[in-house]
Amino acid sequence: MLGSDPHLVAKECTSCGARFFDRRNACASCGSDAGFRDVEVAREGVLKSYTIVAFAAPGVPVPFVAGVVDCDGTSVRGNVVNVEPDAEHVRLGMKVRLATVPIGTDSAGTEAVGFGFEPVESGAI
Amino acid sequence: MAEDVWILGIHMTKFGKHPDKDTLDLASEAALAAMKDAGVSIKDMGVLAAGNLMGGSASIGQQIQKQIGQTGIPVFNVANACATGATALRTAIMAIKAGEADFGLAVGVEKLAGAGLLGAGNRKPDSDTWEPKGRVGAVATLDGRVGTENMPGVFAQVGMQYIHEHSYSGTPFELFAKISEKNHAHSTLNPLAAYNKKMSLEQIMGDVMIAYPNTRPMCSANCDGAAAAVVVSDSKLKTLSLEQRRRAVKVKASILTSDPWQEACQVLPDVNTLTRSAAAQAYEQAGIGPEDLDLVELHDCFATAELVHYDNLGLCEPGGAVDFFMSGAPWRDGKRPVNVSGGLQSKGHPIAATGIANIWEVCHHLRGEAGDRQIEGAKVGLAHVIGLGSACGVHVLEKSAA
Repeated sequence: MLGSDPHLVAKECTSCGARFFDRRNACASCGSDAGFRDVEVAREGVLKSYTIVAFAAPGVPVPFVAGVVDCDGTSVRGNVVNVEPDAEHVRLGMKVRLATVPIGTDSAGTEAVGFGFEPVESGAI
Repeated sequence: MAEDVWILGIHMTKFGKHPDKDTLDLASEAALAAMKDAGVSIKDMGVLAAGNLMGGSASIGQQIQKQIGQTGIPVFNVANACATGATALRTAIMAIKAGEADFGLAVGVEKLAGAGLLGAGNRKPDSDTWEPKGRVGAVATLDGRVGTENMPGVFAQVGMQYIHEHSYSGTPFELFAKISEKNHAHSTLNPLAAYNKKMSLEQIMGDVMIAYPNTRPMCSANCDGAAAAVVVSDSKLKTLSLEQRRRAVKVKASILTSDPWQEACQVLPDVNTLTRSAAAQAYEQAGIGPEDLDLVELHDCFATAELVHYDNLGLCEPGGAVDFFMSGAPWRDGKRPVNVSGGLQSKGHPIAATGIANIWEVCHHLRGEAGDRQIEGAKVGLAHVIGLGSACGVHVLEKSAA
């Protein structure tokens, strides 16, 4: 969700509270088909794991840092951005926050915006 | 209680590049040799289960029959990612346990030499206009933009998560490279391995970085290969020759699990929970514990994966995988040898063959036929595979008392 306060939106099972980032027919956690509601995911989190991808499929720019961020109990997959992509600068357990990343503009002039996570310490406020 | 099942014959082809052999050549070679090893023929088989994950063939079993004998028996074509071979074996075992057959044949085969990176595939060009598509409503492909979908990177994160959760203070790169050093050292004794050169820590760490901390030799080797096994019911085995009974290996446990839902499993595949569940069920079914294992072949698709499975399979104290490794325990002269075949990093990983090839390795030692790499006096072994999606196969095998 963009706007003045960009954030990620997850679908939360109305029965058990499990969260998903894609469309589900029923809940993979509890099996309920009671439905899902949109919930805002915390914008800050902790880097639980990462890898620095140096060799990727053709067309994917390298290197980049891929990681898993624990956003206050909701795990999110994303790139770690605005950081040197090496093991000196990317540290397990470091605090990160959501950042928007331009993806490009299409032929209709629409800009696509992606997301990543940047270190809290070194990012500009 | 269903009756016991035994592995009567088993074979793996040389893993590596086989430019002059197609999928059916390799599968037939493994199947014919497994039946010869068992002292039986295709006419004895009551069921066939076969897998070939990447070949795009929906009926590999029937195609194999056309090379080795069309006898009209039921064929199960199975696919379960990297656990495809174990799934084929498990299917044949289930048919025997159900009393539907006395003999079963399981075959796994793959042509994968030169396949390169597996997981994401090439990035497609972005479309002319941004349009949300698919179940995530993405306007563009996600690989490289929202994390990585390539296997070396996915499994790198699996290992990095473990050392983060267990507060490892050393250098992750060196730790994982040392695991790879062990497996490459083990591979020097395995003539069927795709690569059997010893590699120093410096060579491993200095090789091409794929996805930190996995360099190229820390990744499983794509190669060609096949493996096949003949299984037999306990009652039928009793009617066979002493030589057959002596070489038969008892299937003490045969378990297949899928991944139960966990909070983060949609974000990073959870290879731990289903492996822990499979291991617990396998030890219970076999009536043994991890301390009874003379050797273990586990799914080291990447060096970073091997570490977490020490813990998942209960080979160490909970959280103690690093200490377990650093103690030297999983080396072939240690107290719990792991991947004495050289593992997937050196032996190679022809996907659908892997889940039978690791059982071949264990059987080889239990039969006392492993030559230079024999683990002396081996009586009980465990073979583990995991395929993302996910599926986990664990088999516990025991030497015959005959």
